[in-house]
Amino acid sequence: MTSPTWNNPVVKWIEYRLPVFSFTQDHLIDYPTPKNLNYWWNFGSLAGITLTIMIVTGIVLAMHYTPHVDYAFESVERIMRDVNYGWLIRYVHMNGGSMFFAVVYIHIFRGLYYGSYKAPREMLWIIGIIILLTMMATAFLGYVLPWGQMSFWAATVITNMFSAFPLIGEPIVTWLWGGFSVDNPTLNRFFSLHYLLPFVIFALVFLHLWALHVHHSNNPLGIDTKGPQDTIPFHPYYTIKDLFGLGVFMLVFLGFVFFAPNFFVEPDNYIKANPMQTPTHIVPEWYLTPFYAILRAITFDIWFIPAKLIGVIAMFGSVLILVLVPWLDTSKVRSARYRPIYKQVYWFFLIDCIVLGWVGFNSPDAMFMGAVSFLRIGQVATAYYFLHLLVVLPVLGKLERPRSPPESISAAVTKDSDTVTEAA
Amino acid sequence: MGKFVLGAVLALTLGAGTAFAEVPKPAAQAWSFNGVFGTFDRAALRRGLQVYTEVCAACHSLSLVYYRHLQSVGFSEEEIKTLAREFEVEDGPNDDGEMFTRPAKPTDPFASPFPNAQAARAANAGALPPDLSVMTKARKGGEDYLHAVLVGYRDEVPAGVEVMEGLFFNEYFSGQQIAMPPPLADGAVEYADGTKATVQQMSMDVVTFLAWAAEPTLEDRKRLGIKTLLFLLVLTAMLYALKRKIWSDVH
Ligand code: HEC
Ligand code: HEM
Repeated sequence: MTSPTWNNPVVKWIEYRLPVFSFTQDHLIDYPTPKNLNYWWNFGSLAGITLTIMIVTGIVLAMHYTPHVDYAFESVERIMRDVNYGWLIRYVHMNGGSMFFAVVYIHIFRGLYYGSYKAPREMLWIIGIIILLTMMATAFLGYVLPWGQMSFWAATVITNMFSAFPLIGEPIVTWLWGGFSVDNPTLNRFFSLHYLLPFVIFALVFLHLWALHVHHSNNPLGIDTKGPQDTIPFHPYYTIKDLFGLGVFMLVFLGFVFFAPNFFVEPDNYIKANPMQTPTHIVPEWYLTPFYAILRAITFDIWFIPAKLIGVIAMFGSVLILVLVPWLDTSKVRSARYRPIYKQVYWFFLIDCIVLGWVGFNSPDAMFMGAVSFLRIGQVATAYYFLHLLVVLPVLGKLERPRSPPESISAAVTKDSDTVTEAA
Repeated sequence: MGKFVLGAVLALTLGAGTAFAEVPKPAAQAWSFNGVFGTFDRAALRRGLQVYTEVCAACHSLSLVYYRHLQSVGFSEEEIKTLAREFEVEDGPNDDGEMFTRPAKPTDPFASPFPNAQAARAANAGALPPDLSVMTKARKGGEDYLHAVLVGYRDEVPAGVEVMEGLFFNEYFSGQQIAMPPPLADGAVEYADGTKATVQQMSMDVVTFLAWAAEPTLEDRKRLGIKTLLFLLVLTAMLYALKRKIWSDVH
């Protein structure tokens, strides 16, 4: 495609030295996009906008926040009470974290359904997983900052995980803490890192989009675009569609902010941190509970490896293993629409992840309906999590007989127009 | 596996020894500030402030709330000054390097009954009366739970329950034995507006006051929320119409 030539002399002068105008034209306006993307493709732009909201509100909060064990809790309450619209800024940032994960999880499960991770989009996918890891670290660090009971004890439990490693474990924990317990030096470095990581995510998103723009978006049919008849320019078609999606998203997001701002928080975090008093049960935020469930599912030593270490490895492994999904899935067909069996195990895997999240909320020895302990449910769900990725995906790709996808997007689109409804 | 079973058995037997009686779920109350349009009942707030200052403030601090904050719920500057003046706070050092006490000013936080946690424990048989500033947000069940605890004392203890020395049976407190003596009794305060000061009434009033203390921006939040969401709803509907129009030529 050819960019228009500009006549304005200032524009021309800049364009010759730094081609921002043609870049914008090529990547945000003319950028050819499959014409059959459904609403699940809105979540990438929503993730980007949420990241921006988090950075902006976070910077304002940092102007009023005091990273000191004696003042952190109080300074947050001052933001809520005395800073102009401080309550709004804080509630947006607080609920924004949950919204960010909700959006990114949907974004990832969209990718899993339509096989967006397959060649040639493996790099795009891998960068996505690194983004997810960085997000988890950022959210954990941020949760410590208000210095409530859950902040303190989550910090203690999670940093203590590293003590599971033989020999180096204890020194690592001391090094992370900057002392011999979670204390002021810990809070200070957590604040510093919580401010840093979102900008790392920003840079990673840039790489993510760079990779996206090399091979362009996948689409619900999971087939390559064959020519201009299959695509439409990004603007105005997807700018307006993304804007409409943003409106719906903001209704949900701000619905929480204004009318149920503490929906996602544990009441214990409104109690100031107290190292002498352990809360009855320590739970992370909902978006980390699946991984917490995996961590706690391992209660048995294997040979000479202690249970705790296996738990830590399983937890980190459960995220890192996603990097291998493009190779674990051996099917050549991208979209689940044309994979009758994958389509079913996909939902089973999704439910498994939700079960893990629910287990992570409950104490392992609590009983579900008096019949089975949450520990046992967590163990079965953890086993299935890895089974799905390590066994079902590779074997299914070999055994399943996929239906044949249509020749091209334009051929399929003129035939049926159910592209939006099916994915739901 | 053997180890696992052993652990489970151990946990069960240990658990049985320390098992607490099941605590009932607090009943939901019809708070004036419930719902999308809810606001703090101003008369209840005034009565609640009176209960707090005359009863609870003997033991509990409210250190995140400042006297001046009361302005946002209709107290006049004069009223606030008068209220604050009733309390002594420590200030200083003065030019001679001495700490001194003076009457509180509207710009001070609510005066605390004890200078530090140790003093508070010493005066309460070893138990610490927690700060009440964000109490309604710091307990599962929020306001309903607070009300349930305040009216949850029972004279006759259920059979088989042994209440420990210095503790009181309370149906809703976790463990059902609380170190706070029953703070409310009929007629404990004499309401300026003539309302009959039953335990039920005082509890509802003081919890309304504490809900305001924990979330003083609740009314601003809901008001702005309604406007913002209505605006967004209209905007989103228009964006949808525009989207339909723009996409009408794509097949
Ligand atoms: C004689 C001192 C005293 C007075 C007066 C008093 N309290 Fe308490 N309160 C305590 C103590 C001590 C505790 C700690 C109880 C414990 O941990 O077992 C407590 C605990 C509480 C709790 C926390 C319960 C929980 O779930 O942990 C609340 C809420 C509370 N008080 C509210 C009030 C209110 C409202 C009033 C006024 C109507 C009041 N208190 C008057 C001493 C007092
Ligand atoms: C900060 C978080 C993220 C942002 C801001 C972001 C942003 C985007 C955007 C704007 C798109 C293009 C629109 C779309 O296809 O939806 C995209 C595509 C994509 N993202 Fe992300 N993303 C994030 C995290 C992730 C994560 C964690 C993964 C999972 C591994 C991921 C995987 C993908 C894939 C596979 C695509 C290509 C999808 C396709 O075209 O089918 N992204 N991303």
